[in-house]
Amino acid sequence: MTTPRAEFFMGIRDELPILLGTIPFGLIYGVSARSFGTSPVLTQAMSLLVFAGSAQFVTVQLLGAGVPLAVILLTAIIINLRHALYSASLAPYLKPLGFGWRILLPYLLTDEVYAVTITHYQQPGPGASRHWYFLGAGLVLWSTWQTGTAVGLVLGAHIPASWSLDFALPLTFIALVVPALKRGADGIAAGLAGIVAVLAAGLPFNSGLLIATFVGITAGMFFESRGGKQPANHEREGSVSSQTEPVQTLLLYPEEECEQ
Amino acid sequence: MMTWLLIIGIGIATYGIRLSFITIFSKREIPPFVLRLLRFVPMVVLSAIILPQLVLLNNSLNLTLANPRWIAGLLAGIVAWRTRNVLLTIVVGMVALWVLQAILQS
Repeated sequence: MTTPRAEFFMGIRDELPILLGTIPFGLIYGVSARSFGTSPVLTQAMSLLVFAGSAQFVTVQLLGAGVPLAVILLTAIIINLRHALYSASLAPYLKPLGFGWRILLPYLLTDEVYAVTITHYQQPGPGASRHWYFLGAGLVLWSTWQTGTAVGLVLGAHIPASWSLDFALPLTFIALVVPALKRGADGIAAGLAGIVAVLAAGLPFNSGLLIATFVGITAGMFFESRGGKQPANHEREGSVSSQTEPVQTLLLYPEEECEQ
Repeated sequence: MMTWLLIIGIGIATYGIRLSFITIFSKREIPPFVLRLLRFVPMVVLSAIILPQLVLLNNSLNLTLANPRWIAGLLAGIVAWRTRNVLLTIVVGMVALWVLQAILQS
């Protein structure tokens, strides 16, 4: 059951529902990169080098708006900082692997891949081949993203704006984030960050995102330390879950499941 | 040329962040404070990306029926909360947006 081959295909299968959001988003990334004036080669190169949809999308937007490059770099780093959590969360499971795996798999570590992979790692049972699951989920998402970008570049203006394909990005994120909001502090952090981002939307250089991130995290940690009786328990032996729920959620340390 | 350097810079930074705890700092224990902080990052950043896209229309707050995105987003959020189903969330959100846009245009 847990041969590398079986794990690999299970990873692909579990990733498939998420691709419904990735395909239109890849398309619209390609389309809008052209409309913002980014060259096709650069657009595709960014999908290969960065492989992080939201950061890429914001980057082409800011490039089109003539924002200073240092600001764009900083913005992209803030958007992608969340991958540090995914890295920390998966690190214990990847520790036994060889160096090759540990430099390959992080390249594929996106929101969509993390969401299914962490859930899979936390299932009980033998886990020696589970990195193949990671690889399967990662490669199918990677291929979809590269293809989506390329098709979007080719189709360009042929995709009517009225299809609103760009809406696939917030929808995918809603699907991943909402189930992860488990505690009061989570809701406060995410809610405040969202509100601040809206209020600060007019600020130059996209700095609203920076302010919103800072306010959200500060508020979350403040309320967590005030209201949280249980100090965050980061035992990383995720053996708790015999969850019956669908796998594709952005479960961040679900072992500290607690009622709000 | 500078744009290429920027893309490469973002690529290296992103890969470095992804590598961080898996490979670069794999020998070190992660301080609990850092873990607590990191735990908030995805939901906070993603929420800050999502919400403006839902409630802003032409750069100003619009929570009326003229802006179908916040309604479709709200519906999608409810579906995500109740079902935890990615596929269903995206389908409901997209269809809701198309239906609302069609109603608006008629």
